[in-house]
Amino acid sequence: MSGTVFGLLGAALVGIGLFGMLVRAQPLMRIVCFNLLGSGVFLVFGAVARRGAGAGFAADPVPQAIILTGLVVAFAATTLAVALVLRLADDEDEAPR
Amino acid sequence: MSMLADAFTLVAVLAGIGFFAAGTAGLLRFPDTASRLHALTKADHLGLGLVVLGLLPQAGSLADSLRLLAIWALVLFAGAAAGPMLATLTRRTGPEA
Amino acid sequence: MTVWLALDLLLAAGSLALAFGVVRARRVFTAIALFIAHGLLLTLAWVRLDAVDVALTEGAIGAGLSGVLLLAARHRLARVGAGRVAEAPGRAVTIAIGLGCAAVTAALGYAVLALPDPAPSLAAEVAASLAATELGNPVTGVLMVFRGLDTLLEAAVLVLAVIGVWSLAPDRAWRGAPGAPWTVVEDGPLALLARLLPPVGIVVAVHILWVGADAPGGKFQAGAILAAMGLLAWLAGLARVPPTASRPMRATVAAGPALFIAVGLAGLMFQGAFLAYPEGLVKPVILLVEFVLTASVAAALALLVLGPPSADARP
Repeated sequence: MSGTVFGLLGAALVGIGLFGMLVRAQPLMRIVCFNLLGSGVFLVFGAVARRGAGAGFAADPVPQAIILTGLVVAFAATTLAVALVLRLADDEDEAPR
Repeated sequence: MSMLADAFTLVAVLAGIGFFAAGTAGLLRFPDTASRLHALTKADHLGLGLVVLGLLPQAGSLADSLRLLAIWALVLFAGAAAGPMLATLTRRTGPEA
Repeated sequence: MTVWLALDLLLAAGSLALAFGVVRARRVFTAIALFIAHGLLLTLAWVRLDAVDVALTEGAIGAGLSGVLLLAARHRLARVGAGRVAEAPGRAVTIAIGLGCAAVTAALGYAVLALPDPAPSLAAEVAASLAATELGNPVTGVLMVFRGLDTLLEAAVLVLAVIGVWSLAPDRAWRGAPGAPWTVVEDGPLALLARLLPPVGIVVAVHILWVGADAPGGKFQAGAILAAMGLLAWLAGLARVPPTASRPMRATVAAGPALFIAVGLAGLMFQGAFLAYPEGLVKPVILLVEFVLTASVAAALALLVLGPPSADARP
Protein backbone atom coordinates (compact mmCIF):
# COMPACT_ATOMS: atom_id res chain seq x y z
CA MET A 1 0.00 0.00 0.00
CA SER A 2 2.84 2.42 0.79
CA GLY A 3 4.21 1.68 -2.63
CA THR A 4 1.05 2.79 -4.38
CA VAL A 5 0.56 5.92 -2.27
CA PHE A 6 4.11 7.13 -2.77
CA GLY A 7 4.16 6.06 -6.42
CA LEU A 8 1.15 8.29 -7.04
CA LEU A 9 2.84 11.05 -5.03
CA GLY A 10 5.86 10.66 -7.29
CA ALA A 11 3.66 10.97 -10.39
CA ALA A 12 2.12 14.15 -8.97
CA LEU A 13 5.55 15.58 -8.11
CA VAL A 14 6.74 14.90 -11.67
CA GLY A 15 3.81 16.92 -13.03
CA ILE A 16 4.27 19.75 -10.52
CA GLY A 17 8.03 19.92 -11.03
CA LEU A 18 7.69 19.89 -14.79
CA PHE A 19 5.09 22.66 -14.64
CA GLY A 20 7.32 24.77 -12.40
CA MET A 21 10.32 24.24 -14.61
CA LEU A 22 8.49 25.37 -17.73
CA VAL A 23 6.50 28.25 -16.26
CA ARG A 24 8.73 30.00 -13.74
CA ALA A 25 11.17 32.44 -15.24
CA GLN A 26 13.99 32.76 -12.71
CA PRO A 27 16.82 30.27 -13.25
CA LEU A 28 17.08 29.27 -9.58
CA MET A 29 13.34 28.53 -9.45
CA ARG A 30 13.77 26.32 -12.48
CA ILE A 31 16.59 24.44 -10.76
CA VAL A 32 14.45 23.93 -7.63
CA CYS A 33 11.58 22.63 -9.76
CA PHE A 34 14.01 20.36 -11.62
CA ASN A 35 14.90 18.86 -8.24
CA LEU A 36 11.20 18.40 -7.48
CA LEU A 37 10.82 16.60 -10.81
CA GLY A 38 13.80 14.42 -9.92
CA SER A 39 12.42 13.53 -6.51
CA GLY A 40 9.14 12.53 -8.14
CA VAL A 41 10.95 10.21 -10.55
CA PHE A 42 12.87 8.65 -7.67
CA LEU A 43 9.65 8.10 -5.73
CA VAL A 44 8.07 6.27 -8.67
CA PHE A 45 11.16 4.07 -8.82
CA GLY A 46 10.95 3.62 -5.05
CA ALA A 47 7.39 2.38 -5.40
CA VAL A 48 8.66 -0.21 -7.89
CA ALA A 49 11.37 -1.18 -5.39
CA ARG A 50 8.85 -1.53 -2.59
CA ARG A 51 6.65 -3.78 -4.68
CA GLY A 52 9.65 -5.95 -5.50
CA ALA A 53 9.98 -7.05 -1.89
CA GLY A 54 10.88 -10.66 -1.35
CA ALA A 55 13.53 -13.15 -0.22
CA GLY A 56 13.61 -11.60 3.23
CA PHE A 57 14.15 -8.02 2.06
CA ALA A 58 11.48 -5.43 2.67
CA ALA A 59 12.25 -3.76 -0.66
CA ASP A 60 14.16 -4.81 -3.77
CA PRO A 61 17.74 -3.64 -3.20
CA VAL A 62 18.71 -3.12 -6.85
CA PRO A 63 16.33 -0.16 -7.53
CA GLN A 64 17.34 1.28 -4.15
CA ALA A 65 20.99 1.32 -5.16
CA ILE A 66 20.08 2.88 -8.50
CA ILE A 67 18.01 5.58 -6.78
CA LEU A 68 20.98 6.32 -4.51
CA THR A 69 23.22 6.74 -7.53
CA GLY A 70 20.57 8.93 -9.18
CA LEU A 71 20.31 11.18 -6.11
CA VAL A 72 24.04 11.86 -6.07
CA VAL A 73 24.22 12.43 -9.82
CA ALA A 74 21.21 14.75 -9.71
CA PHE A 75 22.93 16.72 -6.97
CA ALA A 76 26.08 16.99 -9.07
CA ALA A 77 23.97 18.21 -12.01
CA THR A 78 22.29 20.77 -9.73
CA THR A 79 25.64 22.14 -8.57
CA LEU A 80 26.81 22.48 -12.17
CA ALA A 81 23.55 24.22 -13.13
CA VAL A 82 23.84 26.62 -10.18
CA ALA A 83 27.46 27.43 -11.07
CA LEU A 84 26.38 28.15 -14.67
CA VAL A 85 23.57 30.44 -13.47
CA LEU A 86 25.96 32.35 -11.20
CA ARG A 87 28.56 32.72 -13.93
CA LEU A 88 25.97 33.96 -16.43
CA ALA A 89 24.73 36.49 -13.87
CA ASP A 90 28.31 37.66 -13.26
CA ASP A 91 28.92 38.14 -16.97
CA GLU A 92 25.69 40.07 -17.41
CA ASP A 93 26.72 42.22 -14.49
CA GLU A 94 30.12 43.08 -16.00
CA ALA A 95 28.97 43.80 -19.54
CA PRO A 96 25.63 45.59 -19.40
CA ARG A 97 23.93 45.61 -22.76
CA MET B 1 5.79 -3.90 33.60
CA SER B 2 5.64 -3.45 29.88
CA MET B 3 2.12 -2.10 30.18
CA LEU B 4 3.46 0.52 32.58
CA ALA B 5 6.21 1.37 30.10
CA ASP B 6 3.68 1.64 27.27
CA ALA B 7 1.42 3.88 29.35
CA PHE B 8 4.40 6.12 30.19
CA THR B 9 5.32 6.28 26.49
CA LEU B 10 1.76 7.21 25.55
CA VAL B 11 1.51 9.95 28.17
CA ALA B 12 4.93 11.45 27.43
CA VAL B 13 4.49 11.42 23.66
CA LEU B 14 1.04 12.96 23.91
CA ALA B 15 2.42 15.70 26.16
CA GLY B 16 5.23 16.25 23.66
CA ILE B 17 2.72 16.55 20.81
CA GLY B 18 0.80 19.07 22.92
CA PHE B 19 3.92 21.20 23.23
CA PHE B 20 4.60 20.90 19.49
CA ALA B 21 1.05 22.05 18.80
CA ALA B 22 1.59 25.00 21.14
CA GLY B 23 4.82 25.88 19.33
CA THR B 24 3.09 25.71 15.96
CA ALA B 25 0.24 27.86 17.23
CA GLY B 26 2.81 30.38 18.40
CA LEU B 27 4.55 30.28 15.01
CA LEU B 28 1.29 31.03 13.24
CA ARG B 29 -0.21 33.57 15.62
CA PHE B 30 2.60 35.57 17.20
CA PRO B 31 3.02 39.04 15.74
CA ASP B 32 6.75 39.29 15.07
CA THR B 33 9.84 37.20 14.41
CA ALA B 34 11.33 37.39 17.89
CA SER B 35 8.29 35.98 19.66
CA ARG B 36 7.89 33.32 16.97
CA LEU B 37 11.50 32.30 17.58
CA HIS B 38 10.70 32.06 21.25
CA ALA B 39 7.73 29.79 20.59
CA LEU B 40 9.70 27.60 18.20
CA THR B 41 12.81 27.09 20.24
CA LYS B 42 11.29 26.71 23.70
CA ALA B 43 8.10 24.81 22.98
CA ASP B 44 9.42 22.61 20.18
CA HIS B 45 12.55 21.58 22.05
CA LEU B 46 10.56 20.74 25.16
CA GLY B 47 8.10 18.81 23.00
CA LEU B 48 10.95 16.87 21.37
CA GLY B 49 12.44 16.18 24.81
CA LEU B 50 9.14 14.74 26.03
CA VAL B 51 8.78 12.61 22.90
CA VAL B 52 12.34 11.30 23.34
CA LEU B 53 11.65 10.64 27.02
CA GLY B 54 8.52 8.74 26.08
CA LEU B 55 10.40 6.64 23.51
CA LEU B 56 13.19 5.69 25.93
CA PRO B 57 11.31 2.72 27.44
CA GLN B 58 10.68 1.45 23.91
CA ALA B 59 14.32 1.57 22.87
CA GLY B 60 15.78 -1.90 22.62
CA SER B 61 19.15 -1.31 24.20
CA LEU B 62 21.24 1.23 26.07
CA ALA B 63 22.92 2.20 22.80
CA ASP B 64 19.56 3.01 21.23
CA SER B 65 18.51 5.09 24.26
CA LEU B 66 21.79 7.01 24.10
CA ARG B 67 21.20 7.61 20.40
CA LEU B 68 17.75 9.04 21.12
CA LEU B 69 19.22 11.36 23.75
CA ALA B 70 22.02 12.34 21.37
CA ILE B 71 19.41 13.28 18.75
CA TRP B 72 17.69 15.55 21.26
CA ALA B 73 21.01 17.10 22.26
CA LEU B 74 21.92 17.78 18.62
CA VAL B 75 18.56 19.43 17.94
CA LEU B 76 19.09 21.60 21.02
CA PHE B 77 22.53 22.61 19.71
CA ALA B 78 21.13 23.50 16.32
CA GLY B 79 18.35 25.55 17.88
CA ALA B 80 20.73 27.24 20.29
CA ALA B 81 22.85 28.38 17.35
CA ALA B 82 20.07 29.20 14.91
CA GLY B 83 17.88 31.12 17.36
CA PRO B 84 20.33 33.88 18.28
CA MET B 85 21.47 34.17 14.67
CA LEU B 86 17.94 34.69 13.46
CA ALA B 87 17.27 37.12 16.30
CA THR B 88 20.37 39.17 15.42
CA LEU B 89 19.33 39.19 11.77
CA THR B 90 15.83 40.34 12.73
CA ARG B 91 17.16 43.11 14.93
CA ARG B 92 19.33 44.31 12.06
CA THR B 93 16.74 44.20 9.30
CA GLY B 94 13.65 44.98 11.33
CA PRO B 95 10.80 42.64 12.23
CA GLU B 96 9.33 41.43 8.97
CA ALA B 97 6.87 38.74 8.23
CA MET C 1 -7.61 2.47 7.10
CA THR C 2 -4.73 1.46 9.33
CA VAL C 3 -2.50 3.89 11.17
CA TRP C 4 0.32 3.28 8.71
CA LEU C 5 -1.86 4.11 5.72
CA ALA C 6 -2.98 7.29 7.47
CA LEU C 7 0.67 8.19 8.08
CA ASP C 8 1.51 7.56 4.43
CA LEU C 9 -1.40 9.70 3.27
CA LEU C 10 -0.40 12.50 5.68
CA LEU C 11 3.19 12.45 4.42
CA ALA C 12 2.00 12.45 0.81
CA ALA C 13 -0.44 15.31 1.44
CA GLY C 14 2.22 17.38 3.20
CA SER C 15 4.74 16.76 0.46
CA LEU C 16 2.20 17.67 -2.22
CA ALA C 17 1.23 20.87 -0.41
CA LEU C 18 4.87 21.86 -0.08
CA ALA C 19 5.50 21.13 -3.76
CA PHE C 20 2.59 23.37 -4.74
CA GLY C 21 4.00 26.01 -2.42
CA VAL C 22 7.38 25.78 -4.11
CA VAL C 23 5.95 26.25 -7.59
CA ARG C 24 3.67 29.10 -6.56
CA ALA C 25 6.13 30.89 -4.27
CA ARG C 26 6.62 34.50 -5.14
CA ARG C 27 10.12 34.81 -3.69
CA VAL C 28 12.96 32.40 -4.46
CA PHE C 29 13.88 32.22 -0.77
CA THR C 30 10.41 30.94 0.14
CA ALA C 31 10.63 28.35 -2.61
CA ILE C 32 14.01 27.09 -1.37
CA ALA C 33 12.84 26.93 2.26
CA LEU C 34 9.74 24.96 1.26
CA PHE C 35 11.90 22.73 -0.93
CA ILE C 36 14.10 21.85 2.07
CA ALA C 37 11.01 21.03 4.14
CA HIS C 38 9.69 18.89 1.25
CA GLY C 39 13.02 17.05 1.21
CA LEU C 40 12.67 16.26 4.90
CA LEU C 41 9.16 14.89 4.42
CA LEU C 42 10.46 12.80 1.54
CA THR C 43 13.10 11.38 3.90
CA LEU C 44 10.25 10.05 6.03
CA ALA C 45 8.51 8.77 2.90
CA TRP C 46 11.62 6.79 2.00
CA VAL C 47 11.67 5.25 5.46
CA ARG C 48 8.03 4.22 4.93
CA LEU C 49 9.08 2.65 1.61
CA ASP C 50 11.64 0.54 3.57
CA ALA C 51 14.55 2.19 1.73
CA VAL C 52 16.49 3.54 4.69
CA ASP C 53 19.75 3.98 2.76
CA VAL C 54 17.90 6.17 0.27
CA ALA C 55 16.28 8.05 3.16
CA LEU C 56 19.69 8.86 4.65
CA THR C 57 20.96 10.05 1.29
CA GLU C 58 17.85 12.11 0.56
CA GLY C 59 18.11 13.79 3.95
CA ALA C 60 21.81 14.50 3.71
CA ILE C 61 22.21 15.34 0.02
CA GLY C 62 18.75 15.96 -1.37
CA ALA C 63 17.45 18.18 1.40
CA GLY C 64 20.59 19.28 3.25
CA LEU C 65 23.39 19.97 0.80
CA SER C 66 21.03 20.99 -2.01
CA GLY C 67 19.39 23.46 0.35
CA VAL C 68 22.71 25.00 1.36
CA LEU C 69 23.77 25.21 -2.28
CA LEU C 70 20.55 26.90 -3.41
CA LEU C 71 20.44 29.33 -0.49
CA ALA C 72 24.02 30.41 -1.08
CA ALA C 73 23.31 30.83 -4.79
CA ARG C 74 20.22 32.88 -4.08
CA HIS C 75 22.22 35.10 -1.72
CA ARG C 76 24.84 35.66 -4.39
CA LEU C 77 22.30 36.32 -7.11
CA ALA C 78 20.54 38.83 -4.87
CA ARG C 79 23.83 40.67 -4.42
CA VAL C 80 25.01 40.51 -8.01
CA GLY C 81 21.66 41.03 -9.66
CA ALA C 82 19.90 38.24 -11.48
CA GLY C 83 20.72 39.61 -14.89
CA ARG C 84 18.50 38.94 -17.82
CA VAL C 85 15.61 36.70 -16.82
CA ALA C 86 13.43 35.03 -19.42
CA GLU C 87 9.86 36.22 -19.63
CA ALA C 88 7.19 34.18 -17.94
CA PRO C 89 4.83 32.62 -20.52
CA GLY C 90 1.45 34.21 -21.07
CA ARG C 91 -1.80 32.97 -19.60
CA ALA C 92 -2.86 30.74 -22.49
CA VAL C 93 0.55 29.08 -22.70
CA THR C 94 0.58 28.54 -18.93
CA ILE C 95 -2.78 26.78 -19.07
CA ALA C 96 -1.58 24.64 -21.98
CA ILE C 97 1.57 23.69 -20.04
CA GLY C 98 -0.56 22.91 -17.01
CA LEU C 99 -2.76 20.59 -19.02
CA GLY C 100 0.30 18.91 -20.52
CA CYS C 101 1.82 18.34 -17.09
CA ALA C 102 -1.48 17.02 -15.77
CA ALA C 103 -1.47 14.56 -18.68
CA VAL C 104 2.07 13.47 -17.75
CA THR C 105 0.98 12.97 -14.13
CA ALA C 106 -2.08 11.00 -15.21
CA ALA C 107 -0.02 8.77 -17.47
CA LEU C 108 2.56 8.13 -14.73
CA GLY C 109 -0.17 7.52 -12.18
CA TYR C 110 -1.83 5.03 -14.48
CA ALA C 111 1.54 3.33 -14.98
CA VAL C 112 2.04 3.11 -11.20
CA LEU C 113 -1.41 1.60 -10.73
CA ALA C 114 -0.96 -0.78 -13.67
CA LEU C 115 2.34 -2.23 -12.51
CA PRO C 116 2.42 -6.00 -13.13
CA ASP C 117 1.05 -7.96 -10.19
CA PRO C 118 3.54 -10.61 -9.38
CA ALA C 119 6.00 -7.74 -9.23
CA PRO C 120 9.29 -8.54 -10.96
CA SER C 121 12.09 -8.41 -8.48
CA LEU C 122 15.80 -9.09 -8.27
CA ALA C 123 15.67 -9.58 -4.51
CA ALA C 124 15.97 -13.35 -4.78
CA GLU C 125 19.14 -13.16 -6.87
CA VAL C 126 20.64 -10.59 -4.51
CA ALA C 127 19.81 -12.74 -1.49
CA ALA C 128 21.35 -15.80 -3.13
CA SER C 129 24.61 -14.04 -3.98
CA LEU C 130 24.93 -11.82 -0.91
CA ALA C 131 26.64 -14.44 1.24
CA ALA C 132 29.65 -14.47 -1.09
CA THR C 133 30.21 -10.75 -0.50
CA GLU C 134 30.35 -11.12 3.31
CA LEU C 135 28.15 -8.01 3.53
CA GLY C 136 24.95 -7.84 5.48
CA ASN C 137 23.39 -4.82 3.81
CA PRO C 138 22.00 -5.81 0.40
CA VAL C 139 22.05 -2.23 -0.90
CA THR C 140 25.77 -1.94 -0.13
CA GLY C 141 26.24 -5.29 -1.79
CA VAL C 142 24.48 -4.08 -4.92
CA LEU C 143 26.37 -0.78 -4.88
CA MET C 144 29.84 -2.16 -4.34
CA VAL C 145 29.75 -5.64 -5.84
CA PHE C 146 26.85 -6.43 -8.14
CA ARG C 147 26.66 -2.99 -9.77
CA GLY C 148 30.07 -1.72 -8.79
CA LEU C 149 30.54 -0.24 -12.24
CA ASP C 150 27.62 2.14 -11.60
CA THR C 151 29.22 3.30 -8.35
CA LEU C 152 32.56 3.79 -10.06
CA LEU C 153 30.93 5.90 -12.75
CA GLU C 154 29.02 7.83 -10.10
CA ALA C 155 32.25 8.68 -8.29
CA ALA C 156 33.75 9.68 -11.62
CA VAL C 157 30.71 11.91 -12.28
CA LEU C 158 31.43 13.72 -9.02
CA VAL C 159 35.02 14.35 -10.12
CA LEU C 160 33.82 15.57 -13.52
CA ALA C 161 31.32 17.86 -11.81
CA VAL C 162 34.11 19.38 -9.69
CA ILE C 163 36.16 19.96 -12.84
CA GLY C 164 33.13 21.46 -14.56
CA VAL C 165 32.32 23.77 -11.67
CA TRP C 166 35.93 24.93 -11.35
CA SER C 167 36.23 25.58 -15.07
CA LEU C 168 33.40 28.11 -14.71
CA ALA C 169 35.68 30.41 -12.75
CA PRO C 170 36.64 33.62 -14.55
CA ASP C 171 40.23 33.58 -15.77
CA ARG C 172 41.55 36.04 -13.19
CA ALA C 173 40.15 33.91 -10.34
CA TRP C 174 41.62 30.66 -11.61
CA ARG C 175 43.67 28.75 -9.01
CA GLY C 176 42.15 30.81 -6.18
CA ALA C 177 40.24 29.46 -3.22
CA PRO C 178 36.78 28.12 -4.09
CA GLY C 179 33.72 29.84 -2.74
CA ALA C 180 32.46 33.37 -2.82
CA PRO C 181 33.58 35.69 0.00
CA TRP C 182 31.42 35.46 3.06
CA THR C 183 31.14 37.98 5.90
CA VAL C 184 32.27 36.11 8.98
CA VAL C 185 31.13 36.85 12.52
CA GLU C 186 33.84 35.79 14.93
CA ASP C 187 32.74 34.11 18.16
CA GLY C 188 29.07 34.19 17.26
CA PRO C 189 26.61 31.31 17.78
CA LEU C 190 27.65 29.89 14.41
CA ALA C 191 31.28 29.73 15.51
CA LEU C 192 30.18 27.93 18.68
CA LEU C 193 28.22 25.40 16.64
CA ALA C 194 31.16 25.01 14.26
CA ARG C 195 33.43 24.22 17.19
CA LEU C 196 31.05 21.77 18.89
CA LEU C 197 29.48 19.94 15.98
CA PRO C 198 32.31 18.75 13.69
CA PRO C 199 33.79 16.26 16.19
CA VAL C 200 30.33 14.76 16.70
CA GLY C 201 29.73 14.85 12.96
CA ILE C 202 32.98 13.07 12.20
CA VAL C 203 32.17 10.29 14.69
CA VAL C 204 28.66 9.92 13.24
CA ALA C 205 30.05 9.85 9.69
CA VAL C 206 32.63 7.18 10.47
CA HIS C 207 29.94 5.17 12.25
CA ILE C 208 27.58 5.40 9.28
CA LEU C 209 30.40 4.38 6.93
CA TRP C 210 31.40 1.40 9.09
CA VAL C 211 27.89 0.24 9.82
CA GLY C 212 26.96 0.51 6.14
CA ALA C 213 28.41 -2.94 5.53
CA ASP C 214 25.67 -4.62 7.55
CA ALA C 215 22.96 -2.03 8.18
CA PRO C 216 21.66 1.03 6.30
CA GLY C 217 24.46 3.48 5.76
CA GLY C 218 27.44 3.73 3.50
CA LYS C 219 29.98 6.03 1.97
CA PHE C 220 27.74 8.57 0.25
CA GLN C 221 25.84 9.36 3.41
CA ALA C 222 29.06 9.50 5.43
CA GLY C 223 30.73 11.66 2.78
CA ALA C 224 27.78 14.07 2.82
CA ILE C 225 28.00 14.44 6.61
CA LEU C 226 31.74 15.07 6.43
CA ALA C 227 31.20 17.62 3.68
CA ALA C 228 28.56 19.34 5.80
CA MET C 229 30.93 19.55 8.77
CA GLY C 230 33.62 21.03 6.56
CA LEU C 231 31.17 23.55 5.13
CA LEU C 232 30.02 24.47 8.65
CA ALA C 233 33.60 25.18 9.69
CA TRP C 234 34.11 27.25 6.53
CA LEU C 235 30.88 29.21 7.05
CA ALA C 236 31.96 30.10 10.57
CA GLY C 237 35.34 31.28 9.35
CA LEU C 238 37.12 28.62 11.38
CA ALA C 239 38.61 26.84 8.39
CA ARG C 240 40.01 28.04 5.10
CA VAL C 241 39.55 25.98 1.99
CA PRO C 242 42.79 25.22 0.15
CA PRO C 243 42.99 26.95 -3.24
CA THR C 244 41.99 24.99 -6.32
CA ALA C 245 45.66 24.83 -7.30
CA SER C 246 46.45 22.78 -4.19
CA ARG C 247 47.71 19.35 -5.22
CA PRO C 248 46.77 17.51 -2.01
CA MET C 249 43.17 18.63 -2.37
CA ARG C 250 43.04 17.60 -6.02
CA ALA C 251 44.61 14.27 -5.03
CA THR C 252 41.95 13.72 -2.35
CA VAL C 253 39.16 14.29 -4.84
CA ALA C 254 40.72 11.99 -7.43
CA ALA C 255 41.99 9.28 -5.07
CA GLY C 256 38.69 7.47 -4.58
CA PRO C 257 37.74 6.90 -8.21
CA ALA C 258 41.40 6.24 -9.09
CA LEU C 259 41.62 3.49 -6.47
CA PHE C 260 38.32 2.03 -7.59
CA ILE C 261 39.50 1.94 -11.21
CA ALA C 262 42.81 0.38 -10.10
CA VAL C 263 40.93 -2.34 -8.19
CA GLY C 264 38.81 -2.90 -11.28
CA LEU C 265 41.83 -3.22 -13.54
CA ALA C 266 43.48 -5.58 -11.04
CA GLY C 267 40.33 -7.67 -11.18
CA LEU C 268 40.56 -7.64 -14.98
CA MET C 269 44.17 -8.79 -14.87
CA PHE C 270 43.92 -11.45 -12.16
CA GLN C 271 40.30 -12.62 -12.22
CA GLY C 272 39.43 -12.03 -15.83
CA ALA C 273 36.58 -9.55 -15.27
CA PHE C 274 36.61 -5.82 -14.57
CA LEU C 275 35.89 -5.11 -10.88
CA ALA C 276 36.06 -8.78 -9.92
CA TYR C 277 37.22 -8.84 -6.32
CA PRO C 278 39.86 -11.39 -5.30
CA GLU C 279 38.49 -14.52 -3.62
CA GLY C 280 38.60 -14.42 0.17
CA LEU C 281 39.61 -10.75 0.20
CA VAL C 282 36.25 -9.37 -0.88
CA LYS C 283 35.32 -7.54 2.31
CA PRO C 284 38.76 -5.99 3.04
CA VAL C 285 39.03 -4.70 -0.52
CA ILE C 286 35.49 -3.29 -0.39
CA LEU C 287 36.20 -1.59 2.94
CA LEU C 288 39.43 -0.08 1.65
CA VAL C 289 37.74 1.27 -1.46
CA GLU C 290 34.87 2.60 0.65
CA PHE C 291 37.18 4.44 3.07
CA VAL C 292 39.11 6.18 0.33
CA LEU C 293 35.92 6.88 -1.61
CA THR C 294 34.35 8.49 1.47
CA ALA C 295 37.18 11.00 1.66
CA SER C 296 36.91 11.70 -2.05
CA VAL C 297 33.12 12.01 -1.98
CA ALA C 298 33.26 14.32 1.04
CA ALA C 299 35.85 16.55 -0.63
CA ALA C 300 33.97 16.56 -3.93
CA LEU C 301 30.60 17.34 -2.33
CA ALA C 302 32.06 20.18 -0.26
CA LEU C 303 33.83 21.64 -3.29
CA LEU C 304 30.66 21.35 -5.37
CA VAL C 305 28.66 23.28 -2.79
CA LEU C 306 31.39 25.91 -2.43
CA GLY C 307 31.43 26.56 -6.14
CA PRO C 308 34.04 27.99 -8.46
CA PRO C 309 36.75 30.37 -7.24
CA SER C 310 35.29 33.83 -7.13
CA ALA C 311 36.63 36.92 -8.85
CA ASP C 312 35.98 39.16 -5.85
CA ALA C 313 37.60 36.90 -3.29
CA ARG C 314 40.20 38.41 -1.03
CA PRO C 315 43.70 37.41 -2.22
